[in-house]
Amino acid sequence: MELNAKIPDGPIEKKWEKHRFDMKLVNPANKRKYSVIVVGSGLAGASGAASMAELGYNVKCFCYQDSPRRAHSIAAQGGINAAKNYQNDGDSVYRLFYDTVKGGDFRSREANVHRLAELSVNIIDQCVAQGVPFAREYGGLLANRSFGGAQVSRTFYARGQTGQQLLLGAYQALERQIGLGKVEMYPRHEMLEPILIDGRARGIVVRDMVTGELETHLADAVVLATGGYGNVFFLATYAKGCNGTAAWRSYKKGACFANPCFTQIHPTCIPVHGDYQSKLTLMSESLRNDGRIWVPKRADDKRPPGAIPEEDRDYYLERIYPSFGNLAPRDVSSRAAKRVVDEGRGVGPTGVGVYLDFADAIERLGEDVIAERYGNLFEMYERITDEDPYTVPMRIYPATHYTMGGLWVDYNLESTIPGLFVIGEANFSDHGANRLGASALMQGLADGYFVIPYTIGDYLARTKFEPLGADHPEAVATVAEVEGRVKRLLSVDGKRTPTSFHRELGQIMWEYCGMARTREGLNEALGKIPALREEFWENVTVPGEAMELNQSLEYAGRVADFLEIGELMCLDALEREESCGAHLREEYQTEDGEAVRDDEDYSHVAAWEYAGEGKKPIRNVEQLNFEYVELATRSYK
Amino acid sequence: MAGIAIDVAVAAPRSRIAAFFGSTVGRKMVMAVTGVFLVLFVIGHMIGNLQVYLGPESLNHYAELLRELGHGGLIWVFRGTMLGAVALHVWAATALTLGSWAARPTGYRRRQQYVESTYASRTMRWGGPLLLIFIIYHLLHLTTGQAHGSFVVGDVYHNVVAGFSVWWVSGFYILAQLALGLHLYHGVWSMLQTLGLSHASYNRLRTVIALLIALVIAIGNISIPVAVLAGFVS
Amino acid sequence: MKLTLHIWRQQNAKSKGRFVKYDLDDVSPDMSFLEMLDVLNEKLIAEGQEPVAFDHDCREGICGTCGVVVSGRAHGPRDRTTMCQLHMREFKDGDTLWIEPWRAKAFPVLRDLIVDRSALDRIIAAGGFIGAPTGSAPDANAIPIPKEDADLAMDAAACIGCGACVAACPNASAMLFTAAKVSQFAKLPQGQPERYRRVKAMVRQMDFEGFGNCTNHGECSAACPKAISLDHIAQLNRDYLRSSLRADRRIVSEVGAG
Repeated sequence: MELNAKIPDGPIEKKWEKHRFDMKLVNPANKRKYSVIVVGSGLAGASGAASMAELGYNVKCFCYQDSPRRAHSIAAQGGINAAKNYQNDGDSVYRLFYDTVKGGDFRSREANVHRLAELSVNIIDQCVAQGVPFAREYGGLLANRSFGGAQVSRTFYARGQTGQQLLLGAYQALERQIGLGKVEMYPRHEMLEPILIDGRARGIVVRDMVTGELETHLADAVVLATGGYGNVFFLATYAKGCNGTAAWRSYKKGACFANPCFTQIHPTCIPVHGDYQSKLTLMSESLRNDGRIWVPKRADDKRPPGAIPEEDRDYYLERIYPSFGNLAPRDVSSRAAKRVVDEGRGVGPTGVGVYLDFADAIERLGEDVIAERYGNLFEMYERITDEDPYTVPMRIYPATHYTMGGLWVDYNLESTIPGLFVIGEANFSDHGANRLGASALMQGLADGYFVIPYTIGDYLARTKFEPLGADHPEAVATVAEVEGRVKRLLSVDGKRTPTSFHRELGQIMWEYCGMARTREGLNEALGKIPALREEFWENVTVPGEAMELNQSLEYAGRVADFLEIGELMCLDALEREESCGAHLREEYQTEDGEAVRDDEDYSHVAAWEYAGEGKKPIRNVEQLNFEYVELATRSYK
Repeated sequence: MAGIAIDVAVAAPRSRIAAFFGSTVGRKMVMAVTGVFLVLFVIGHMIGNLQVYLGPESLNHYAELLRELGHGGLIWVFRGTMLGAVALHVWAATALTLGSWAARPTGYRRRQQYVESTYASRTMRWGGPLLLIFIIYHLLHLTTGQAHGSFVVGDVYHNVVAGFSVWWVSGFYILAQLALGLHLYHGVWSMLQTLGLSHASYNRLRTVIALLIALVIAIGNISIPVAVLAGFVS
Repeated sequence: MKLTLHIWRQQNAKSKGRFVKYDLDDVSPDMSFLEMLDVLNEKLIAEGQEPVAFDHDCREGICGTCGVVVSGRAHGPRDRTTMCQLHMREFKDGDTLWIEPWRAKAFPVLRDLIVDRSALDRIIAAGGFIGAPTGSAPDANAIPIPKEDADLAMDAAACIGCGACVAACPNASAMLFTAAKVSQFAKLPQGQPERYRRVKAMVRQMDFEGFGNCTNHGECSAACPKAISLDHIAQLNRDYLRSSLRADRRIVSEVGAG
């Protein structure tokens, strides 16, 4: 397939402006004649649905949660970047653009990233106007903090709940449009399949999660804002309901899936504590400012941390990366933790964890200062683990928390299915191989508030639409297809629960496609996953019926799709024979474990195209050109 | 379940007054404002009553004075106001209570474990009707005399002493005053909250004021039947 | 540890529910309450029974999806905690727990422990927003906001919309939820233009949904995972009173405008 990114001509800082002029407009009176479906109500979905409704389009918005306010954007803690330069410290749109391209280890599209940096400024304005209570200084102006290795203070925040406040702002804008009748909201509805008519996305089939009914919804365009697929790992910082189904079903209908192996692992999460565990909880990265990370020097050292003398401890980050020490970037410190655990030096009852020790900081600064800085985090930790981090070192371990990969989109955020747009974490576009802190919120809102309202207008104005009814043969066939899948899930009637399959898949993925990957391991996984999938369809048990509120059925459907997504991730990881950003292939690293990029052969996006059941998908390539940011190697020593 | 086409609360615009009296918050304010009148009355009434300790002339003269104010007209204006306040207070309370009962048609199997509410706040709805019964009895007993064994028009002191000499009458009065104390304790605090009189620096003061008013009223009023029974006032 | 659970089971909104007793062994004190229910459900599925339906999503205390009443307390015995952050070490070996859904007319039970809280969304749709269409905003620093006001607004904005306030209120009132939003915007300059229209519209919708009234017990705030203060209710009352006293401003020229 020919991938056309449709990047506008001209100098990078003029591309978006020029493109906005070149795009066709729908005249205000005609907007109400068009309808748009938005799937998902997180930052991207809610802001997109509200903004399009404000313009006059008729919008239907769907989410699996009981309310659009609960989308998992709400859990983001740290902040949102914007190139406001309010701190007078030399920030600019260009610098944010530069940092993001470099942070993504040169695997993102320059034009998209520059647009993101330009729009970052408008996002903050918009959110303040909506009443988002960002942190402020006594003078009444907005406060900033530095974040994720940036050398400027450009992160805006609302305590530790920035994602929540931004989402509520977008949610309230959405609710306003619902009240005005411009958006029809469908909570507790899960998209199970897109409807394509004449090759265009013209609707979706959803399951009403309360009654079990399958519904057909038709529109002129479909926007997916369904988030990431990181729950393929089972244990992740994602909400339990997050899933890849909408994206995966679109992939199987012709949307290319780009860079599926790019998954970010966050270094500071509370480790797994038991095999009943359902979820990993993130502790803010800011803890690494004062905590020291260590493990015992000897693998068999099972003494309690307090009994291990200084000379028997290995402060491995400080040892390996003397200049960055405990503040080494996310991917680097995650991998280092994995290495020491693999050596058998992990701590805690499971041996999968490392210490994050505040003893020195408490001695140096006093308990009061530490309590003031991290009190709420310490309390959260204590609540979960029943250990007091003031006296016992915290235990942390990396966990999956974002997927940079996603459906391939062009500059207009349109996938390879005409009329199917993808925004937010669900697309692949802006973060390359590694996302910087405080950039996810920025991208979700930029896509929703300021990109999709323009590009969708262009699509609608350029396209002629035939009126459709739910009785269109394609729509009927799609419903039948979904119905068949639901029936199949219920009729297997085996012995194993969906959870047990999901857990096993997660273990395979974490083992072979997690923080460090090898050819042998990925090949191993590519053998194990199809076998597990086969067993799933022979031996899964899904209680209950189709026509009722049935959480097991919902879950089983998602697990079935994860069993396919995981395979594509491994395939992508196998065929990307280089290390870049979050993707580390052990074959491609320096002697001391640093990633080695191969810009000659892999400076491109791998966009996978579905080729049919049982066939190997086609790996299409979008070449990435770096005209503005010079390709360079990252070093943190 | 279809998508939400939002149910707009009330299609036709209502007048400001209808909207106010129709809303739960408006009704609470009716309770609070009438509550202000009733609290002031209860305080005044207690101060008047305490003149029983100054002897028959003083109390009877005070009663006479009230009856004669404004050529005997003011007392009727006053009685009308109080009657109105009580009526509105009771109406709002009833309407709100019925609404609250309807708001939870199925209760919890395990009784709720209260954390913050007080015995006083939870007994408002039982204390209220009890006080209403008491007020009616009290009017029949000491104002009009129908419920009094030896009522003498104009001799308030006699009526009080004779009335409270019956132990179970005093008992009922004491019980009612305890209920009044509880009602005031939560009522005064709640009144301030409902009228929006809240400020982080003074919020503790609200509880203190409520407690003080409740204690003073209850102790002051209870002292009279106790004094009569004890033979201190005769 | 061993627990005896009495859990409310109800097939759907129309059917009658009842308590069913389950015995659960091997509960680890390190489990969250929801993980304990996961374990129970895995056991039920293995035995060929239908698992207990319960709402949950983020499992880190911020999305507001989870919430049940445990032995008479919304979100269980620990203060300022959601069900997903409540751990089993709060209970003792041999405890008997009664697990029920939020109970309110405005929150009909959909299945087992799952209720429909869309009434809260409709209260927001009625007025819980600032009408600032995308693209219309002035520079973020154009209007300074005193830090104290921003902090107070943030206190109110911390609401996660879980509905525990309604569940814990003896009157099933949604005043704390509604007041938190009213109060957040009352503290901010951006919230002023719609301030009085907002409070009226939200209270009207709240009443329309069938919530009870506030009698100032304070149970809502005690059950709130974010400890949202009753002061916000006083703020709502103040604004409501003021909005009722203000004459409706009817602009004459609007009547004939077309």
